[in-house]
Amino acid sequence: MSLDLKYTYTEKKDTRSGFGDGFLEAGRRNPNVVGLCADLIGSLKMGDFQKEFPDRFFQTGIAEANMIGLAAGMALGGKIPFTGTFANFATGRVYDQIRQSIAYSDKNVKICASHAGLTLGEDGATHQILEDLGMMKMLPHMTVINPCDYNQTKAATIAIAEYEGPVYLRFGRPSWPIFTPANQKFEIGKAWKMIDGKDVTIFATGHLVWEAVVAEAMLREEGIHAEVINIHTIKPLDTEAILESVYKTGCAVSAEEHQLNGGLGDSIAQTLIRHHPAPLEYVGVNDSFGESGTPTQLLEKYGLNAENIVKAAKRALTRK
Amino acid sequence: MKKHSLTELQKICSQLRRDVLRMVHAVQSGHPGAPLGCAEFFVALYFDQLHHNPDFKMNGQGEDLFFLSNGHLSAGWYSVLARSGYFPVEELKTFRKLNSRLQGHPATHEKLPGIRIASGSLGQGLSVAIGTAQAKKIDQDKGLVYVLLGDGELQEGQVWEAAMYAAHYGMDNVIATVDYNGQQIDGPTEKIMDLKNLKAKWEAFGWEVIETKEGNDLTAVIAGLEKAKSLTGKGKPILNLLYTEMGYGVDFMVGTHKWHGSPPNDDQLALALGQLEETLGDY
Repeated sequence: MSLDLKYTYTEKKDTRSGFGDGFLEAGRRNPNVVGLCADLIGSLKMGDFQKEFPDRFFQTGIAEANMIGLAAGMALGGKIPFTGTFANFATGRVYDQIRQSIAYSDKNVKICASHAGLTLGEDGATHQILEDLGMMKMLPHMTVINPCDYNQTKAATIAIAEYEGPVYLRFGRPSWPIFTPANQKFEIGKAWKMIDGKDVTIFATGHLVWEAVVAEAMLREEGIHAEVINIHTIKPLDTEAILESVYKTGCAVSAEEHQLNGGLGDSIAQTLIRHHPAPLEYVGVNDSFGESGTPTQLLEKYGLNAENIVKAAKRALTRK
Repeated sequence: MKKHSLTELQKICSQLRRDVLRMVHAVQSGHPGAPLGCAEFFVALYFDQLHHNPDFKMNGQGEDLFFLSNGHLSAGWYSVLARSGYFPVEELKTFRKLNSRLQGHPATHEKLPGIRIASGSLGQGLSVAIGTAQAKKIDQDKGLVYVLLGDGELQEGQVWEAAMYAAHYGMDNVIATVDYNGQQIDGPTEKIMDLKNLKAKWEAFGWEVIETKEGNDLTAVIAGLEKAKSLTGKGKPILNLLYTEMGYGVDFMVGTHKWHGSPPNDDQLALALGQLEETLGDY
């Protein structure tokens, strides 16, 4: 039995490649765009930019704290620096550097972070950061973006180069369905309603948007019509879109590859509590570290796949 | 830029020290010791060496720039900025008070002219300075980038990450000065965490190192900065080891860590100001 999916795909690709291609495009559009990378040029897919613009690209070695400071300095000198490393080293390792030299100093730096979340896979919990969105969204001035597939990541990368201010852009390693359009327009802070529904809203971000699309089809087979909203921008959060949907459906599920503490679900809960209290169920990692495994195995073990979104939606429905 | 005589510069030093003491006394908080020791450096830099424009522009294109990495010297920096014309001198009286642009540690948030990055959490300023110097190189801007670091601050690992980068990329438009006063908040650096041979350390990291042994002698400080400038453009970053005395200019504050982060009381302030001529008018 095959599902009647509202979005389909013919190709899979990693979101980090969307970043790499978007970064090259941003570099072609604006000569002030520069790149820095802490010994992960291959992993971050920054090599094409480096090849085309060698004078605007700086290998910093394994020294992330310095990289953040350098980027702040380049930004105040008029450049638009994109820093690249794994999400773990891009946030937790350099939190104070980001806080003082970028966020508090309001510097136009784009902190680009790959290999976020469980889907990093076999490298295990040392590298699978699940706290980064929370850390970054707590910083005043910081914009936090977590796109869902190759095309959206590429569009987001181009969009943040045109936006003035510090941004955290999160993406990942696994090969993932490309189900959103090529050359889409990316609007920072504007949630995207991908599927209309009336019974329950699924707010998803990052890789789990695809799982939400699958979950919607599974729910529909049981006569439940879910609305799917792609929250690519965690901060600033599109509270209007969230409320508009929940006014209609009356209950919701949040789905993210992140800790429940401090994640997207927390932000949505805050919004609902303030304006329109309604049942909300969470899909995310509940106060634990990850471990080694394949991305699919890990999403299943930690309850982050379509089946778990379906269960959460049903729980939310019973609480209406 | 108008050239000042040595006597004029000395007068500014005396006023800067008065400003610092009065500022920290007024709010009974802040860090007087190190800025007293760096008065000659601040004045030599802003009134003699730096090609800068008090009509402040964040990107500093075409100018020499200065970054204060050891942000707790803020009182001294604010004084020299105000006395150079970046903002009104009377604004010094708002230091560390509510709704002031003169935050406890330097910040850009309140848009105080002269400040380009927040500092205070130690170890970050050298990286920022080098980043700006890198932007200048991309733009073929001949301006130099100066930065001041504390000696205790060199215990932060990020400083050495930055040191490595600067040598690797031949950042010969960077002049970093270390305020080598041998003191930090908990005591003498050699007791807290011995820095050992700093000259050899920086040289091993690939920097051109000069030593300014008389860091509280204006002539020597200017000569050191001139020497540093003469070494720019030769492929290596420059490190100026500036031997200063914390608390210099006030006999009972000199050479001890006790005034690192403690303000004088009323009697101590009067005693200290008695040793420092009011030359440009107190704020």
